[in-house]
Amino acid sequence: MLAHIIRRILLLFPTLLGISIIIFLMMHITPGDPAELLLGERATEPALEALREHLGLNEPLYVQYGMFLKRLMKGDLGETIWTRQKVWIEVKQRFPATIELSIAAMLISSVLGVILGIISATKQYSLFDYLSMLGALVGVSMPIFWLGLVLMLIFSLNLGWFPMSGRLSVGIDLDPITNFYILDALLTKNWPAFKDALWHLTLPAFTLSTIPMAIVARMTRSSMLEVLRQDYIKTARAKGLSPGIVVMKHALRNALIPVITVIGLMFGILMAGAILTETIFAWPGVGKWLYDAVLQRDYMVIQGGTLFVAAIFVIINLVVDILYAVINPKISVH
Amino acid sequence: MIRKVGLILCGLILMFAVTACEKKEPEKKTEEPAPTATKEGGTLVFGRGGDSVGLDPAYETDGNSFMICDNIYEALIFYQDESTALEPGLAESWDISPDGKTYTFYLRKGVKFHDGTPFNADAVVFSIGRMMKERKLKFFSMEWDVPPQERPPEYWVSMEMDDTVDSIEAVDDYTVVFKLKRVDAPFLANMGMDFADIISPTAFMNNPKEFLRNPVGTGPFKFVEWVKDDKIVLEKNENYWDTSGGPYLDKLIFRTIPENSVRFLELKAGNIHICQFPNPADIPLAKEDPNLKLVSQPGMNIGYLSFNYTKSLWQNIHMRRAIAFAINRQAIVDNIYQGMGQVAKNPIPPTMWGYNDKIEDFPYDPEKAKLELAEGGYPGGADLPEITLWSMPVPRPYNPEGLKVGVAMISDLAKVGIRAKIVSYDWGTYLKRQREQPKDMDLFQLGWTGDNGDPDNFLAVLFDGLASPAIRTQWKNEEYHKLMLEGKQTIDQAKRAEIYMRALQVFHDEVAAICVAHSTVIWPMRNNVMNFKLHPTASVRMKNVRLE
Repeated sequence: MLAHIIRRILLLFPTLLGISIIIFLMMHITPGDPAELLLGERATEPALEALREHLGLNEPLYVQYGMFLKRLMKGDLGETIWTRQKVWIEVKQRFPATIELSIAAMLISSVLGVILGIISATKQYSLFDYLSMLGALVGVSMPIFWLGLVLMLIFSLNLGWFPMSGRLSVGIDLDPITNFYILDALLTKNWPAFKDALWHLTLPAFTLSTIPMAIVARMTRSSMLEVLRQDYIKTARAKGLSPGIVVMKHALRNALIPVITVIGLMFGILMAGAILTETIFAWPGVGKWLYDAVLQRDYMVIQGGTLFVAAIFVIINLVVDILYAVINPKISVH
Repeated sequence: MIRKVGLILCGLILMFAVTACEKKEPEKKTEEPAPTATKEGGTLVFGRGGDSVGLDPAYETDGNSFMICDNIYEALIFYQDESTALEPGLAESWDISPDGKTYTFYLRKGVKFHDGTPFNADAVVFSIGRMMKERKLKFFSMEWDVPPQERPPEYWVSMEMDDTVDSIEAVDDYTVVFKLKRVDAPFLANMGMDFADIISPTAFMNNPKEFLRNPVGTGPFKFVEWVKDDKIVLEKNENYWDTSGGPYLDKLIFRTIPENSVRFLELKAGNIHICQFPNPADIPLAKEDPNLKLVSQPGMNIGYLSFNYTKSLWQNIHMRRAIAFAINRQAIVDNIYQGMGQVAKNPIPPTMWGYNDKIEDFPYDPEKAKLELAEGGYPGGADLPEITLWSMPVPRPYNPEGLKVGVAMISDLAKVGIRAKIVSYDWGTYLKRQREQPKDMDLFQLGWTGDNGDPDNFLAVLFDGLASPAIRTQWKNEEYHKLMLEGKQTIDQAKRAEIYMRALQVFHDEVAAICVAHSTVIWPMRNNVMNFKLHPTASVRMKNVRLE
């Protein structure tokens, strides 16, 4: 087991190297020039040339990549082209916002998804089953952009239950420590800020959770149905155990294995959804930041930012694999 | 057990609903600071579409950065509230030598930067001098070793200031002399632009690399905090030198709300006071809302359609005229600009001096277009190969939807027998390839937003192809070129206005380009925002704004 974990961690490095090469090549194959975009209509040839020279864009590609790697070895992700700031600092400022949003969305989608899935499976072909699976279908196909706006219209503008956008209301002060606002509010025992941050989080997190929630619900349902047909479940029932214990203790543990894989991979879906959610809800996270960087051809942000996000993704998958073994000792790791 | 789960679920939903209702109060609280604010003080929240890039005026290129700089920094020269007419700023007065090559600025006394550094001639030499390539500078009392440039100062370079400014000298504590290499009439107007803002040398020298995130100027507001992609907070400068007016607001918050419709909803809900760049479709909604009002300003811009002059087809004036008659620009302004604009007949906006109102615009006349086409050698457009019309992929201040405008244009062209297709690239590639004047480009759309209110900033920069191969239109006309040079070297504004009017006549007669439209900027705001004025240069100045 330990050997497996170490092997997986060592595999991280070639994986990330591969990712960085692919990102680097993709970026430079795509047409566009950050110098041109920075200067816009007023660009003159001397100004462009000076800027390109300054940014090192005139160097051959392998030299540019080499410089990136060299910096990376020293733990430096480089400096952004547009904002002239260390990429690492820019990531640090925004990543907590995205993680806060993703964790909240993940919590909502896994808890609600699993509950919906269990009920649907145990009450197969009931009205609840039909309704929740229809809901899941709608959830999976709903455009996040549209859903976010509609939720905002109903719950913020008309009902006034939730704030519309941003992470904190104007007038609420919070000393950032970790930049996870909810955590920071807890640490500083700032209850108004805690409540406010939590309330700002609700709508975007729910919006972001719909697609994964639908996937989790459907996965739980089908995997549960399969498990419920197994002989050992019949045995358990024949023993006279209550249906609740059979479902929660005997069936669920086995049924959850594929669901956990999906939840682990969900981070990718969440990151993709975060771009739209962050845009609509003015949530200052990495999703929108990376998207803008692609439009602005900020190579340094794209290189550094995506590499960072990819690393997190790979690590989460590793953690999921380990959880796998913990949840079901039958699965031995080779 | 299942029932239990059901119960728990119901419980959860109930809890959610109850707590949701509770939240109503804090939400209201956030609305309060706005309406309860008194005549003086209060916090104004400005909603905008994007965050600033940096806050060092010498190095920025985007409106979202300059809008913050507008309130933190000041330049030697100010533009008036609603025009680009010049008035004294940090310089109380100035002299221009008879040969037009020496400018002496007499500075305002008793002004301090936000960090307490006194404003003086040395600060001016430092601020402007750091942008020069060859720094011929002379300080009066300080000897700063101006650090090397982090990157080329974009505006300074693209306005060719290194070819204009020779040396900057502090003669005494409050007198600065600029010696120029050449006579350059727009120089004074340039000194009012953002890039020429005066910064605190001590703050800059403290940490040159971080100055763009810790700006210190003399302006009516001081920098407090910047949460990336979220907000920038400024507070009132209590020691502002001009005691005759503002600043009135205690606090100024610039919030980034990328999505236009969400920004507008935030305005409707009262969470922000001013909404920058709303969707045109939201303007009628703003008009209906009793809590909102609109402010508008004809933009100092031009959206144009020009020709690839490297192709013989477009060196033929009849072909250019044919295009001018064929396109229904009024329909484009009505339907695509949605009324937020006006048809242009000159490449400079009507509010600018030098505008030639005597010019008779090309009417929309397909019949005349057909005649011109025949005279150009392509009767009925029969032998004319399919032409390309390049259209911008992104909204620009002078053209909200380049692609839609392009589609409207090609359908107009089809009506007179000219077959055309749209070509578009991502914005960076578009700008780059356009400059190369490639063979696969016939017509192209582009535009400009003025910097300093000087006609030279439109007419020479955009259309004088003989001046430099960097000019995007590459239209080459001897007479026009001479007029441009004359305009630059004449100091008297009335004489210059005459020169530019003549140039505009040449421009029109030769159909150098087709002027499509000047867009109008319309922003909705809360009724309690007083004295907010949109400026033609798109700068956002909050000095005199109050909340009621």
